[in-house]
Amino acid sequence: MKIVCCIKRVPDSETRVKIAADGKSLDESSVKFVMNPYDEFAVEEALRRKEKAGAGEVVVISVGPAAAQETIRTALAMGADRGILLQADSIPADPYETAKLIAAELNPGTWDLILFGRMAIDDYNHQVGVIVAELLGLPCVTAISHLDLEGAKGVAEREIEGGIEVVEFTLPAVLTIDKGLNEPRYPALKGIMAAKKKPLDVKPVQAGPGGVEVAALTPPPDRKEGKIVGEGVGAVGELVRLLREEAKVL
Amino acid sequence: MSAVLAVLEQRGDALRKVSYEVVTAAKRLGGTIEAVVCATGGGGAVQGAEQLGKFGADKVVTLTNPSFARYDPEGSAQALADRVRQGGYQAVVFAASATGKDLAPRVAAKLGVALVADITELAAEGGAIVATRPVYAGKALQKVKVRAQPAVLSVRPSVFTPVERPKAGAAETIAVAISPSRVVVREVKAAPEGTLDVAEAQVIISGGRGLKEPANFKVLEDLARAFGGRAAVGASRAVVDAGWRAHADQVGQTGKTVSPSLYIAVGISGAIQHLAGMRTSKVIVAINKDKDAPIFKVADYGVVGDLFEIVPKLADEIRKLHG
Repeated sequence: MKIVCCIKRVPDSETRVKIAADGKSLDESSVKFVMNPYDEFAVEEALRRKEKAGAGEVVVISVGPAAAQETIRTALAMGADRGILLQADSIPADPYETAKLIAAELNPGTWDLILFGRMAIDDYNHQVGVIVAELLGLPCVTAISHLDLEGAKGVAEREIEGGIEVVEFTLPAVLTIDKGLNEPRYPALKGIMAAKKKPLDVKPVQAGPGGVEVAALTPPPDRKEGKIVGEGVGAVGELVRLLREEAKVL
Repeated sequence: MSAVLAVLEQRGDALRKVSYEVVTAAKRLGGTIEAVVCATGGGGAVQGAEQLGKFGADKVVTLTNPSFARYDPEGSAQALADRVRQGGYQAVVFAASATGKDLAPRVAAKLGVALVADITELAAEGGAIVATRPVYAGKALQKVKVRAQPAVLSVRPSVFTPVERPKAGAAETIAVAISPSRVVVREVKAAPEGTLDVAEAQVIISGGRGLKEPANFKVLEDLARAFGGRAAVGASRAVVDAGWRAHADQVGQTGKTVSPSLYIAVGISGAIQHLAGMRTSKVIVAINKDKDAPIFKVADYGVVGDLFEIVPKLADEIRKLHG
């Protein structure tokens, strides 16, 4: 199986967000960057599918700054065969532009599966995979938490409000992966050493201006200072009174 | 704005509640609102569509095809993109629901533009669309100007409260032709009766490691039942990663971002990634034995103590109110 995983370098989920001086972006000083957690599920799935098939290639591709090489090396340490960095100073604010960069790099006849995380935990856009599928003319199933493949046919499950959709599709396909599909492996020391020697192509790219312009990035409004109602079971009566009379939610 | 298309959601020929929110959000842009829904048309009008005029829709269009019995990702995307091209809308508004998250980017891609996703504030300022959307799981708000034509937008559920206006709208049904889909929803496995999704519940009771073991979540389920069908049980990442609860229940940066009227955090210390997922709740209650737990910093009301005593007592009190 030939599988490509599209991954993104994002701030760790424990990051405390500070706004940069431009008032439009994240202050990246002292921010720890990691592979987008949903992309880890995509890389893991690609490795398992290749292992099961006994042959093939897993390629990881990322759009991002030079430092995203580190993110790609993490995927290589997990077991991916080679990496491609589409190096841009910043990731476009317009996801359509990001998708165009990725689609231009992927020759549609080459891949059995093109995998993405279901969304990135920084910009919450959940759409680059879908747009890449559209640009390449491939079928796409999003946010899958279960996957069966047999020949050129696949069955996936995706969570919706109050249920699970069972979706049939044909390969080659673009899939975006939700948590729950698998348990990503930690890179072993051997893998980390091997990753240093695996090929990583760096290709400079220039994104178009796009149709979405960031005007401002602001902290969310502060929540009003709360209060400790009391200690132990004796405080429950007062809590219920406050929820009824003050907060008016009961 | 001249014309705005509001894309509705139905299941089983009944309009989903979030559809009224989509129309309400679309109304923020001004101009005429056309609401559109994909359905088979076999069962007559989609139930609830007749109400849309009251919420601001000037016209409701039903696009019919036999393939729309279940969600048809490719077919409905094609039908909607065709409609947008023909109608010359300046903006198209979806719900950022599970279906909307799948469908909206498909339609946007067909129109050659990006989706501006998961919006919590929307306005037209001097002819330009300005949207605010939480990023970094709500740790910051990003304000964007949308230059793309048309602007394709999705709005976060439970944010745009539907407002009734005394007004009637027109209705139209159009049969549409679509290509055979390569992606087919074969079946929908429904969750057990009475389970409410955390993304849609008005009340969420979430548990963390303080519950000590998976079986103890029954105290939270009992409290949820006391709210009489309005409450769902959520979970912290720690207990989902430990396999105690399903990922569908996880609240936080790698789970769901929720905005219920009432969020009760039980035995949850309040890691920053969890706070990010629930800080937009209208009222937050924390129950925790550690008075220094970070969760108390975002909670409106805190109770310090043993959750195994406090939660059952709270359930009793809520039942008394509803009894």
